[in-house]
Amino acid sequence: MLIRSLCILFFFLALGDGVSFALSLPVPGNVIGMMLLTFSLCRGWVDVKSVKPAADLLVQNMAFFFVPPGVGLVLYLDLLSREWVPIVVAYVVSTLAVLVGVGWVMQKLERS
Amino acid sequence: MAFFSGKAFSVFITFVAFYGAQRLYVRFRYFWLNPVLLAILGLMAFLTLSGIRYEDYFQGGQIISFFLGPAVVALGVPLYLQLEEIRKRGLAIGLSILVAAVVGVLSAAGTAAFLGASAPVVASMAPKSVTTPIAMGIAEKIGGIPPLTAAIVIATGILGAVIGPGVLRLCGVRNPVAFGLAMGAASHGIGTARAVEEGEAQGAAGGLAICLNGIATALVTPALVKLVMMWVR
Repeated sequence: MLIRSLCILFFFLALGDGVSFALSLPVPGNVIGMMLLTFSLCRGWVDVKSVKPAADLLVQNMAFFFVPPGVGLVLYLDLLSREWVPIVVAYVVSTLAVLVGVGWVMQKLERS
Repeated sequence: MAFFSGKAFSVFITFVAFYGAQRLYVRFRYFWLNPVLLAILGLMAFLTLSGIRYEDYFQGGQIISFFLGPAVVALGVPLYLQLEEIRKRGLAIGLSILVAAVVGVLSAAGTAAFLGASAPVVASMAPKSVTTPIAMGIAEKIGGIPPLTAAIVIATGILGAVIGPGVLRLCGVRNPVAFGLAMGAASHGIGTARAVEEGEAQGAAGGLAICLNGIATALVTPALVKLVMMWVR
């Protein structure tokens, strides 16, 4: 069961990478793979039950997979100490802007 | 010393760090004890103190991070399962996500560029609202620094989870779907985990926002970052 669902996920990952490369799109292959998988599920080409075992395992433990690249921050500590002001200000401003923007727009549209 | 720079050792210490961080989080339940953040800081300290080079560590580490690719593809499953909900409120959700992607990228990249950040830092900031694997993929495509993006994304998640509910209440956002969508769009999985505590509708909307904002941001970021760079320089 797990092997079959991994086959499907890796098929769509490879397909997404292929499409991203072939059309030289600026969108990562994994995002294209996700969209193609969703589309195929909607069309009934892929059965949800056949992808769920591996999909659940990967989604539930996704946080773990980005630990190693996160540790790569050790390579950029001097960059961080040089440019921490724009980084921190932009990060706070942008987080607030998205929170308020989305919450407000969605609430307005839900009422109307 | 080859043992300590070997792949098996790197994979082992990553598992240990994350397991330990998870245990701490489960024990105390403070937001700032985010397991990813703790594990990363712990491993950074360990590498620095032990003198293991990051390049050597990442030989093993990339075996783990490789699974981000299929994990992003797997997000298509929860997205599919929520399609009914999207169809019901299609226009409202679509517009909100468009706002999330455009405002997120412009405010992050624009503010950083305006304050004089270098081009790679601006590119690393741009996709900061979306879930880490997608954000890192975008940063890599547009000349950013993926590890810096990962750190900013995690920090964004924590900030959103901590201040999000208060800010939204202050702005009068009480609708559960609007609340969850805002939390997921602004601070991805970490914000959604917080939204889940408010209720099921909030959690589902958060999960939906992660997937949709990931896609929307991947689509709009390259063009918007070019625009910001042209406008500032």
